[in-house]
Amino acid sequence: MSAEKMLPQIIKNMGVKLLLDKAHVPGIRFFETYRKEGGYQAVEKALKQMDPASIVEEVKKSGVRGRGGAGFPAGMKWSFIAKPEGVPRHLVCNADESEPGTFKDRYLMEFLPHLLIEGLIISSFALGSNDTYIYIRGEYAWIVDILEQAIDEAKAAGFLGKNILGTGFDCNIYVQRGAGAYICGEETALIESLEGKRGNPRIKPPFPAIEGLWKRPTVVNNVETLAAVVPIINMGGDEYAKIGVGRSTGTKLISACGNINKPGVYEIEMTLSVEEFLYSDEYCGGIANGKRLKACIPGGSSVPILPANLLLKTAKGETRLMNYESLSDGGFATGSMMGSGGFIVLDEDQCIVKNTYTLARFYRHESCGQCSPCREGTGWMEKILKNIDTGKGKMSDIDLLWDIQRKIEGNTICPLGDAAAWPVAAAIRHFRDEFEWHVNHPEEAQKRNYGLAHYADPIHVPA
Amino acid sequence: MSEQTLFKVTIDNITIEVPAGTTILNAARKIGGDVAPPAMCYYSKLEGSGGKCRTCLVEVSKGSEKDPRPMPKLVASCRTTVMDGMEVKNITSDRVIDARNGVVEFLLINHPLDCPVCDQAGECHLQDLSYEHGKAGTRYEFQRRTFKKHDLGDKIQLHMTRCILCYRCVFTADQLTGKREHGVLDRGDHAEIATYIEKNLDNEFIGNVIDVCPVGALTDKTFRFKNRVWFLKPVDAHRDCPTCSGKVTLWNRGDEVYRVTARKDQWGEVEDWICNTCRFDKKQTSDWVIEGPRLIDRHSVIAQGHYAGTVGTHKPTETFEAVHAGRQPKLLMDIHSISEVNQTNITLSKLDRPAHSTDFNHNKD
Repeated sequence: MSAEKMLPQIIKNMGVKLLLDKAHVPGIRFFETYRKEGGYQAVEKALKQMDPASIVEEVKKSGVRGRGGAGFPAGMKWSFIAKPEGVPRHLVCNADESEPGTFKDRYLMEFLPHLLIEGLIISSFALGSNDTYIYIRGEYAWIVDILEQAIDEAKAAGFLGKNILGTGFDCNIYVQRGAGAYICGEETALIESLEGKRGNPRIKPPFPAIEGLWKRPTVVNNVETLAAVVPIINMGGDEYAKIGVGRSTGTKLISACGNINKPGVYEIEMTLSVEEFLYSDEYCGGIANGKRLKACIPGGSSVPILPANLLLKTAKGETRLMNYESLSDGGFATGSMMGSGGFIVLDEDQCIVKNTYTLARFYRHESCGQCSPCREGTGWMEKILKNIDTGKGKMSDIDLLWDIQRKIEGNTICPLGDAAAWPVAAAIRHFRDEFEWHVNHPEEAQKRNYGLAHYADPIHVPA
Repeated sequence: MSEQTLFKVTIDNITIEVPAGTTILNAARKIGGDVAPPAMCYYSKLEGSGGKCRTCLVEVSKGSEKDPRPMPKLVASCRTTVMDGMEVKNITSDRVIDARNGVVEFLLINHPLDCPVCDQAGECHLQDLSYEHGKAGTRYEFQRRTFKKHDLGDKIQLHMTRCILCYRCVFTADQLTGKREHGVLDRGDHAEIATYIEKNLDNEFIGNVIDVCPVGALTDKTFRFKNRVWFLKPVDAHRDCPTCSGKVTLWNRGDEVYRVTARKDQWGEVEDWICNTCRFDKKQTSDWVIEGPRLIDRHSVIAQGHYAGTVGTHKPTETFEAVHAGRQPKLLMDIHSISEVNQTNITLSKLDRPAHSTDFNHNKD
């Protein structure tokens, strides 16, 4: 068979790729190759043929939702930006990818830095930002060099700096390193940190779109969101919106990790089922070492964990798809969230109590300490979970944990409180008997695992 | 003056008109009484304060006349401005009471509860808050948090274990003194107020951090262990001070001035900031022109005599075990490691007279 006939088959299997389609071209990291592969055409189109308002309109039409975790429509966010006379506006790229289980932005920036730069130039033009910042987490030290090299190349080619492509639009991109704090991924804490202050989240309102960086109107977007602006401009918002389903448009990068055969970053269409993503050889390739699936955290460590029987099918018995709506189907009672796309898989040998303890320890460590429920509650939860995990727990501790998470959730300044509460809540909701087993069999729990138990049993669907 | 736009807001079924831009908390304070939410971190005179302690959370059951949707989450009333036609529930909302009880519990789990040896006792907002919202027992069964001690000089005593991280002192130092020398170090539940490099706080207005501190974390070293506040008689006095307004409250016992503080309003907020000289160095009655007794809202649980009729008259019926659901008493914290009082190297029984504060004074390190 000729290669041409093979092509549709491959596309069908792999799905449409908009971001990673050129990821495997050798040298794509560098300007020359990227340009040769059709790079920076979107910048030419946007800056020469379109005005800022129509770019915002295209992004709105595309329906692209914030890829950092919250899933807020990006076009809508852009349209909120205040435009007071004589006040500079800023675009800030949130590259503080710190959510455990999430490493998609790292992949994008490391291998396709020019895709991000291109997206940033177009977005800066649309928002009127002449000074645009990339706030990158401190641990991504080597990526700073990659980005700065890409910025220099783009500048040398006339895509950055003064009077870009003769359009009169000036834009500079600066890379700012964080010091390694999870909280600085929250947009207002990020802004504080970028201003050189302690990275404490601000109290909202005012929202950054009104008063952000140096009290100027600011838009903060995730790396993947900004990279997605490039295909949106190239193909048009309407075409982009045709990919995917419902309000989950376009493609999404998923960073898959845990007990799977093929961990890595995958670009998926949001019509893909969780089952196919998990078991097909194109993606995760099934559970590693022939084990069985026990649980999965489908959207980064903050989102509720799901047992196997609720992951592949919803409580209504429908096939669960890898998109915003389907993953959250059933609310927190039986669903989870798309989050940042950090797909963490746990096999039958994993202990949910230990996993929850590990997450609680993380959030305790990363709480900024500004507001009382989060500062005190995260530490308290960690201590109780440690007790249960090490066989010192009491039955009443489980209810206590539930009560603590309930009093943190929704009562804090920023979403870190919710992010700390949700994993604990979901673990107790779905795996309460494993917690009880730990309490009732403190010695046995130190030696062996609770195992898969009934967590993969099909659930009864009421007709 | 041009006419201000007035917004109608209903808090706990009481309607009031306030200028646009007023926060829910300040609107509630205008109504007064129990409708005003407690505030541990908000301070009207400090820009940027508020929003952190979460004790002032309220439920907005109707956003405004134009957009009547309720707000999904409880909001910090100190940082949320009123809208026209807004309806707010404070003490009439079970959600609010539940959340507030939760916040108070969070604030107390690592608090040493060393009120018997704390100079703030009797005028401590956390004490009042705990009395109103706290439970008799704790569900926290772990070692309480301790910190490495920081010496802030001979005027201001820092007890980090009592701190609730309201940030008021940080804002005070930022906005009142020429130079800020202390701030918040670290993060999460080990965040602390400290000077980065061991350093005295000696800016001329820095003493005001003592007055803004809602708990006993920052107290007056010159008054330390000298007397309980409820034994002292507050009088308003002034002096001709070249630095500040000189308007203070003296806390006397007999003719002796035990301490000098700024004058505080009914919400416990300072009316006029005072300088360090007035606060720490003018402890003679002759330094001052006495104006008359200061009317203090004796908000404190101790001052209100809630314990009268119980303490000393009959044995409490609730034992520790009853309050703690059958749990035996357990030492969660050694008081010596917190408050440096009653150092174990002092054998009180060997004194041939009643112990006096001077007996404990040689523990300045």
